[in-house]
Amino acid sequence: MMESLLVANRGEIARRIIRTARRLGLRTIAVYSDADADLPFVREADEAVELGPAAPAESYRNAEKVLAAARRTGAEAVHPGYGFLSENAGFARAVQEAGLVWVGPAPDVIELMGDKINARNAVAAAGVPVAPGTPEPVAGEAAALEAAAAIGYPLMVKAAAGGGGMGMAVAHDEDDLRKQYAAVSGFAERLFGDPAILLERYYAGARHVEVQILGLADGAVIALGERNCSVQRRNQKLVEESPSPCLDPDLREQMLTAAVQVGKAVGYRNAGTVECLVYGEPGAQGFVFLEMNTRLQVEHPVTEAVWGVDLVEEQLRVAAGEPPSMDLTTLRPRGHAIEFRVNAEDPVRFLPGPGTINAWNEPSGDGIRVDSAYGQGNRVTPAYDSLMAKLVVHAGTREDALARARDALATFTIAGPKQNLPFFTELLDEPEFADGSYSTALVARMRATPRKGS
Amino acid sequence: MGQQITSDLAANVWKVLVSTGDSVAAGDTLVILESMKMEIPVEAETSGVVTALPVSEGDVLDEGDLIAEIS
Repeated sequence: MMESLLVANRGEIARRIIRTARRLGLRTIAVYSDADADLPFVREADEAVELGPAAPAESYRNAEKVLAAARRTGAEAVHPGYGFLSENAGFARAVQEAGLVWVGPAPDVIELMGDKINARNAVAAAGVPVAPGTPEPVAGEAAALEAAAAIGYPLMVKAAAGGGGMGMAVAHDEDDLRKQYAAVSGFAERLFGDPAILLERYYAGARHVEVQILGLADGAVIALGERNCSVQRRNQKLVEESPSPCLDPDLREQMLTAAVQVGKAVGYRNAGTVECLVYGEPGAQGFVFLEMNTRLQVEHPVTEAVWGVDLVEEQLRVAAGEPPSMDLTTLRPRGHAIEFRVNAEDPVRFLPGPGTINAWNEPSGDGIRVDSAYGQGNRVTPAYDSLMAKLVVHAGTREDALARARDALATFTIAGPKQNLPFFTELLDEPEFADGSYSTALVARMRATPRKGS
Repeated sequence: MGQQITSDLAANVWKVLVSTGDSVAAGDTLVILESMKMEIPVEAETSGVVTALPVSEGDVLDEGDLIAEIS
């Protein structure tokens, strides 16, 4: 095992990585922007290096500055967390070329799975289903209509250069496609400077289910269950749970097997996530591959709770070329875990609202874990994403986990910035969430329905 | 006086997609704001012509600041 680790990230994930590294006896080095100087993760590391101004390009996303900090402090390894440089193959290579240990998969694998078309081809070659669609941009409206006839309606019209949920529309028939093709293409040209369009089968009422894999140092790849991440707003996750309710047991097995196949096919090492869409209702479900995330996920704690593993420890062991902490192949899932992303955003329209935290009281007790970025007196700045904390509950059954969540949410108090705790309380009262039958359409439907008292 | 569109939050102006004098339809995206790593499209609520657009890319807006006027 390495003796020192630089954490190239901030907030809750930096804190969470530092916690495990310290437990394993590693010297921990934080890097921080001047906006984050007072945050807990900076204090909790053994050493801290200021990178510069708040803008990510001048701090957390600046590979040269992060590497210089690693060299200056004598760090032996770099853990990138999620976001920022975590899926930057060039940075991973630079870390390795500097003689340091990269806590993540090989740079070539990051590159392969980071390219939508190549990833799709690699996954299809491994025998895993992918959504029917155009692997390359369509050359004009006539070509789009021709491709659509082969794919079938409804389909998603997507800007090839798009991201963040922008530049997407659903087309239900030919007339609709003509209209959406012109609208999305025009929008994409104005916004991204690139009018290219991709078409994909659209699965209404689908569920977002992902599989956690771990590629071990000896080349074995294992799956540690799945997570349902279907509570989303603007295509971004708000709540994740494991195991996934409303998932056919045989489909679960197929998905876990497929995820391991993908990992083996690309020679995956370290923690990764295979994201899929599950379509159809229980008894007649299928799945298609969406994308692979070659890093630790925000929602990894629900997997840790159910499987009794510390994924960051396993990541460090793989990176060091060591065997896992235990025989992971004999592990079985235990109980049910749910994560709520507590964001600095209003609970109705989900618009971000930064501010200074005047009061912060987080719940604690059996089966409750809070991974937080901030504490009382800290300022949530507009420079970074709105995640303030993750509330994770674990219990023997989903019903008990929901009851535990209700109690925990009732005692979680944050004053100052806007926060979305009231949305989660509302969510627990939604019949579709309560019975687990919800799809990715849930939040939009909730907000399209007039609420009590409004 | 046309329809005035104001900012719902403190944010940066990331992209301006229209110009003064442009004809727009209800639902067209006029401007995209950015705050806390979230891009927030601002759409026209009615069809008409953009008669005022006092924002440029990179501007910092406060809640309530005027973004556009459509007549």
